[in-house]
Amino acid sequence: MRKVICDHTIAKRNFSDAFQTSLREEMRTDSRIVYLDCDLMGCINATMIQEEFPERTFNFGIQEANAMAAAAGLAATGLIPFFHSFGVFASRRCFDQAFLSAGYSEWPVHVIGSDAGVTAANNGATHMPLEDCGLYLNIPNAVVIDPADYAQCYCLTKKLVDVPAISYMRLVRKAYKTVYEDGTDFTIGKGVLLREGNDVTIIASGIMVNNALEAAEILESQGIWAEVLDLFTWQPLDEELILHSLAKTGALVTCENHRTATGLGSLVANLTAQKYPVPQEFIGIKDSYGQIGSQDYLETIYHMKAEDIAQAARRAINRK
Amino acid sequence: MRKQMTIPELREFAATIRLETLKIIASFGRGHVGGCLSIADAMAVLYGRYMNVDPGDPLMKDRDWCVLSKGHAGPVFYATLGLCGFFPPEEALTLNQGGSRFPSHSDHLLTPGVDLTTGSLGQGISEAAGAALGNRLQGIDSRVYVFVGDGEADEGEVWEAAQFAAHYHLDHLIALIDENGRQLDGTCEEVMSHGKGLAAKFDAFGWKVLDVKDGNDIEQIDKALAEAQNADGRPVALILHTVKGKGIRFAEESGAHSSGLSKEEWAAVIREAEENLHTIQEGAGA
Repeated sequence: MRKVICDHTIAKRNFSDAFQTSLREEMRTDSRIVYLDCDLMGCINATMIQEEFPERTFNFGIQEANAMAAAAGLAATGLIPFFHSFGVFASRRCFDQAFLSAGYSEWPVHVIGSDAGVTAANNGATHMPLEDCGLYLNIPNAVVIDPADYAQCYCLTKKLVDVPAISYMRLVRKAYKTVYEDGTDFTIGKGVLLREGNDVTIIASGIMVNNALEAAEILESQGIWAEVLDLFTWQPLDEELILHSLAKTGALVTCENHRTATGLGSLVANLTAQKYPVPQEFIGIKDSYGQIGSQDYLETIYHMKAEDIAQAARRAINRK
Repeated sequence: MRKQMTIPELREFAATIRLETLKIIASFGRGHVGGCLSIADAMAVLYGRYMNVDPGDPLMKDRDWCVLSKGHAGPVFYATLGLCGFFPPEEALTLNQGGSRFPSHSDHLLTPGVDLTTGSLGQGISEAAGAALGNRLQGIDSRVYVFVGDGEADEGEVWEAAQFAAHYHLDHLIALIDENGRQLDGTCEEVMSHGKGLAAKFDAFGWKVLDVKDGNDIEQIDKALAEAQNADGRPVALILHTVKGKGIRFAEESGAHSSGLSKEEWAAVIREAEENLHTIQEGAGA
């Protein structure tokens, strides 16, 4: 059983430090790893990587398309490139390069997109990726990850080193709530059963895991037992975990910090429609662009809060 | 291992590449004739004298790399690689057929000797720059040659890559710029002109520029490639002033960006290429 903290308090450590700390540890023992950035190192403390490994750190300036395709070229020589930019630029700005130079070409380039969804907050629409994971889902062999907290991001960064294909992992730049204890082990492609219940399954990833766990507490106070799954790997999807849970609960809420039409909700619906149809409610961004506001404000107007999830769970149960 | 062809042998090699290229395109019935023929001479010199490759070990660690950033010229690449022994040349006559290892745009997953996949213009030069950096980081003393089209140089990514390669002093990256003056919808001048010219632009980006006045002349190409080996901290651009469709009358006249001909017309074009080859062989023997 995994050690779960779930205390909903803001951790002292920056989420993004999990990435640079973990990557530096890997770089100490694996000389194949190189780090690429597009003039945003300072935003995620990747300057720590540059200071420790100046000869394996490459700032590409503000040119994401070239960086992505050059990363594929680096990978072709046997190196393992990790490439960071803001999520909007690490997905939309260089998607053709990600798709062909890295994805189709089968070169392992590990892309890190920071400021997941509404955590871009006051940077507003231009910097708020609500479709980044969805774009990468279009690359058939891409691994797509939306980590929940520091411990998970720390572990998965290490696991990415051995992924033989392109991957995309989101990063939250600020300090954020803790779900897991340090040292918790995760397997790419395997979700986590965080809480057991018989009435409804709540599937979440990223910052929505905390909201889902809070929703489960609200539901418990109302006599409803929700099962909560952390599906941090969007692709490949842990079908077994999802179907096993739905066989028990028969109702579903998916929660994502992303556009539902191209994200986790649709991904899960695509599975259940074919293998085990159940009533499903979608929590996430509907037909909208991002906008300016605090994370709390945005979670409120996009109906992503714990109370929104609890209401959606009751709707799903009523539709059984 | 490098081939050590003489100048007359290189001329014959180029004419043979042209003939095989046309046979490959004719096998499918349609293809990028013009942009293949314009770089046949550069392919001949590159593989006839400079490329350190082993057809028996296409992924040899210290090999030289060749990236066809103008990926649509796949057939001239396959003609060259086939003649060098990477695969039986006749296998490339399956161009674009289902299950073939020979797509019109070069693909490293399919074809032995192709180092990187291209076809979306602009990406190949970035990939090539990354490979040059990767080889240098690992202490591998090899060169990365990349063919870039002048139409392709409309893409912003080409200039991102140019800036990047100069910034990181990738002097083992050698770009062969096919300045044939034409792109799909017309001349480059009409469609999207290059301001002060590609030589001036690469120079402004910090590259060593070698202007090859006749980019279809074997000796001029050879001289420039020899000079390009002298690494001085700058990536190298050979500006090859070529003729699109070089060596075949109809193609030189029209540019033949993408040509679909009848069987009879293909037969006539192949006869013309055979005659050109025979003329060169007789000239060499005389």
